[in-house]
Amino acid sequence: MTTTAPPRDADERLVPTGRTTRVLRRPEVGAAVAALAILLFFTVVADQFLTPSGVGTWLNSASRFGIMAVAVAMLMIGGEFDLSAGAMTGATGLLVGVTTTGFGLNVWVAVLLALVVALAVGALNGVLVVRTGLPSFIVTLGTFFVLQGLDLALVKLVYGQVAVQGFAKVPNFDSVRPVFGGTIAIGGASISVSVLWFLAVTAVATLVLLRTRAGNWVFAVGGAQSSARATGVPVARTKIGLFMTTAAAGWLVGMISLFQSSTVQSSTGVGDEFIYIICAVVGGCLLTGGYGSAVGAALGALIYGMTRQGVVYAGWDSNWLYAFLGVMLLAAVLVNNWVRTRAERMR
Amino acid sequence: MTTSRTAPLIEVTDLGKTYGSVVALRGITTTVRAGEVTCVLGDNGAGKSTFIKVLAGAHEHSEGTYAVDGVEQHMSSPRDALALGIATVFQDLAVVPLMPVWRNFFLGSEPRKGPFRLLDVDLMKRTTKDELAAMGIDLRDVDQPIGTLSGGERQCVAIARAVHFGARVLILDEPTAALGVRQSGIVLRYIAAARERGLGVVFITHNPHHAYPVGDRFLVLRRGRSIAEREKAQISRDELVTLMSGGAELDALAHELERDPLIG
Repeated sequence: MTTTAPPRDADERLVPTGRTTRVLRRPEVGAAVAALAILLFFTVVADQFLTPSGVGTWLNSASRFGIMAVAVAMLMIGGEFDLSAGAMTGATGLLVGVTTTGFGLNVWVAVLLALVVALAVGALNGVLVVRTGLPSFIVTLGTFFVLQGLDLALVKLVYGQVAVQGFAKVPNFDSVRPVFGGTIAIGGASISVSVLWFLAVTAVATLVLLRTRAGNWVFAVGGAQSSARATGVPVARTKIGLFMTTAAAGWLVGMISLFQSSTVQSSTGVGDEFIYIICAVVGGCLLTGGYGSAVGAALGALIYGMTRQGVVYAGWDSNWLYAFLGVMLLAAVLVNNWVRTRAERMR
Repeated sequence: MTTSRTAPLIEVTDLGKTYGSVVALRGITTTVRAGEVTCVLGDNGAGKSTFIKVLAGAHEHSEGTYAVDGVEQHMSSPRDALALGIATVFQDLAVVPLMPVWRNFFLGSEPRKGPFRLLDVDLMKRTTKDELAAMGIDLRDVDQPIGTLSGGERQCVAIARAVHFGARVLILDEPTAALGVRQSGIVLRYIAAARERGLGVVFITHNPHHAYPVGDRFLVLRRGRSIAEREKAQISRDELVTLMSGGAELDALAHELERDPLIG
């Protein structure tokens, strides 16, 4: 018998678990299959769905949820939740709307100010969670209500009503709008700039998670915090950074919806925090932390955007969307649970 | 014991540790040499944990001397011990089960390259595979989550990691305690491999059958005191078992258990 030496990095025992298994092991596979199925389903059911304007609409919807879902997914991989993420999109939008229309602040300055405030709130969330050791679910629930209260009370104090008016007439509005609320014509479809932001955020998040030291720490901190600490990973710094990332994403989405619609209401974003979490979980994130992917969360948001718009195009009652979301979430959790038990199984 | 002996890496003399008025450890004397395994045996509460914590730098000793390379040391943190090349592998191993083996291997000390300071993934994977191979562990795939490895293999990854990051002395805290017979055998083989590579090993265990085959020197503790400190040539396996299990106590227990013919 002659045996040929296998190539250096190819172990002959790996052959049976080849490329297929390797692909199936990725956290985002389930979401990719589901996204494809939903795309096909609505293409068949609703004529408008795959038209250029239809695609533009659901991509825009998906992008605004996707940017947040990706950031929330990173935070969930790091083992934490942020319930204030939805209210943050409204709060940053309101801050810019109120300071410009109410107090005549320059739009660019207001946009930067909103970013600084968002980062500060994110840092506060992080420091509170790290210092007190309380579940982030509780801490950010508190921040969520504080933000919601401020959104309502402060705006009403300034305007006597709960929506910002006349934002489009503010000086320099047109110079900022293309950055957050613009559209680009691509092959007959007008694609929102937010879709580009969505792609960029997903790409950067993927790179950070898989190819940087910080990304390694995110997985470690969420997967086994005491082990991470024992190997010298700066646990507190990593977690605070994640909360600040989520807050910054909230700012970005807040700016996008503000400049797209040129108005913002006190209730903007409230309730969306759960949709971000659902998108992340559908995309393969474990609720217990330590596992998930940015691409998966982006696919989860795509599923949400397609379904939201598809239901409208199909002429159904849009309330079915929530029932669908619930089913998706349960299905995703069951699949993820199965995946995790397999991955964690101790032989 | 005919090989020419190197100077001891670690030498403790009359070492003691008190916590307030509680004497946890008293009068411990032993040595750890390169290429040798010093086994520390004792039942629960014998002072093994205290002894490791002192060696690992987690707690400072309160009596006697602790010398590394002949220089007396007073360590106040595990980092001091690490800087001297003394690495401790605790029972929880400090691994993240869901992360791939290669990410776990470099966790906290990831090598980076290029203008964007990205992880040097090729180097990380190759080094992990090579370091594990050097310990005699032939891993199917360094990409698999470390949680899918067997208990013995995980222990070995933790050992290989400590060796790679410059350990000259390895302190292993009950590495075989939670393992079955076959898995324990694997770990013992890697302890021998570490010894062959010229490392000094401190092997903490309560199982004399695990200690005897691999050990060069045996320190038996009971109630915070050293009841024996022998080289392998000076002690037989049976003597070690008897010392360890408390001799007369075990005989009495055996007698008591055997007497009743109804049990069984």
